[in-house]
Amino acid sequence: MAQRTPLYDAHVRAGARIVEFAGWDMPVQYAGILEEHAAVRTAVGLFDVSHMGEVVFRGPRALAALQAVFTNDLSTVADGQAQYGCLCREDGGIVDDVVVYRRAADDLLVCVNAGNRQKDYEWLAAHAGGADVKNESDDWAQLALQGPKAAALLQHCCDVNLSAVKTYRFAPGKVLGQDCLVARTGYTGEDGFELFCRPADATALWDGLLEQGAAEGIRPAGLGCRDSLRLEMAYRLYGSDMDDATTPLEAGLAWVVKLDKGEFIGRDALRRQKEAGLSRKLVGFQLTGAGIARHGYPVVQDGRTIGVVTSGTKSPSLGTSIGLAYVPPALAAEGSTFAVDIRGRPVAAKVVKTPFYTRQAR
Amino acid sequence: MNFPEDLKYTREHEWARMKGTKVVVGITDFAQDSLGDVVYVELPAVGDEVKRGESFGVVESTKAVSELFAPVSGKVVEVNDPLVEAPETVNEDPYEEGWMIAIEPSDPKELADLLDVKAYTAFVDEQE
Repeated sequence: MAQRTPLYDAHVRAGARIVEFAGWDMPVQYAGILEEHAAVRTAVGLFDVSHMGEVVFRGPRALAALQAVFTNDLSTVADGQAQYGCLCREDGGIVDDVVVYRRAADDLLVCVNAGNRQKDYEWLAAHAGGADVKNESDDWAQLALQGPKAAALLQHCCDVNLSAVKTYRFAPGKVLGQDCLVARTGYTGEDGFELFCRPADATALWDGLLEQGAAEGIRPAGLGCRDSLRLEMAYRLYGSDMDDATTPLEAGLAWVVKLDKGEFIGRDALRRQKEAGLSRKLVGFQLTGAGIARHGYPVVQDGRTIGVVTSGTKSPSLGTSIGLAYVPPALAAEGSTFAVDIRGRPVAAKVVKTPFYTRQAR
Repeated sequence: MNFPEDLKYTREHEWARMKGTKVVVGITDFAQDSLGDVVYVELPAVGDEVKRGESFGVVESTKAVSELFAPVSGKVVEVNDPLVEAPETVNEDPYEEGWMIAIEPSDPKELADLLDVKAYTAFVDEQE
């Protein structure tokens, strides 16, 4: 049976449609994906992301040990700062993409994807490098409060001075009386926060934020709009856009691979791949013909399959049909054209700049 | 859920309405609700032949693709083209403005095989 977050009953009460995702019974939508998407882009939405996992590195070896399995460079972030990056295998394949929250050099929290909780913990524990590595996934719930009105709403509910918590920073504090880690991170492209709390406190926090945000037009938001929001930003989704058989370089994540920071698992393979050149690249595209591209649809040119779509939807914010696809590097430049095979019909597409969506100036 | 009494239904959640010699086809309230926000509709052209039980088009929500199945065989004589520009109509008014195609049936006897409202309602209850 699928696992449930501490907020499962709250979702059912709110009329959510529940689907199984990565082994979890999660709300895919409440009122509707488009309405929730719009709420996050224009006001504020509240997500339950308690299915995400948390693995903690502690002890004097914690920072060095995590550096040895992480593609980005944690020596460049201060305590109270977070950093995105990948865990890679020796061959450069992506074990997971994660956000590391550096509480201190001897206390770092790794937020991992729901479907990879166990795999990541086993991988990290096997490469503990003298650190104390603990799977705390069941000890944390997580709420994501996202949207242009998130900061004002949260400031009203918490004792942390949020103007001091810049993007990708975090601080401990109380939100509606509950102990939280208040992090200015998210997966929507809007300003917003992720609140790490105790599972027992999650429902009080959830109900309280919805009540406090009513005047701002807050909506509970499900995984459906989480996916359309992240895709408008071209944020990659593990399991769809990348997996153990793709490297961060292929996935367009070279910006989180610091080959010169010192040794880490996968570095040599990634360096070799960079020198040899890539055979495929993940690009953002827009369909110029009618239709919607979906995960798994072939990318074709002159009747030959030359790539594959990894994510696709009709962008609720832009109204256009957008997606991510692996294509040969020769077709990766902005303006390149190819076709997506939609149920046997080639539909024209062109490579466009990502993110597809740009946050509105306010 | 609203299932009008005067319509016939399929187990794939299409409805069929007799209108003169034509059969007008759409998807049911149950189907549109299960899909969520419909954002794309792909329909055949007038003159195309459709076969009972076979796909004649697709409806897509933000998350999923769902095929449309013909309740009867015949020739497509009308297509609700405005749906292409306003697919949300399928959610808002599945039985009237949200109709999809009209078929001139090649074998009117096939109509007898469709479900009446009682049988369809029971079928939906089973699904849930």
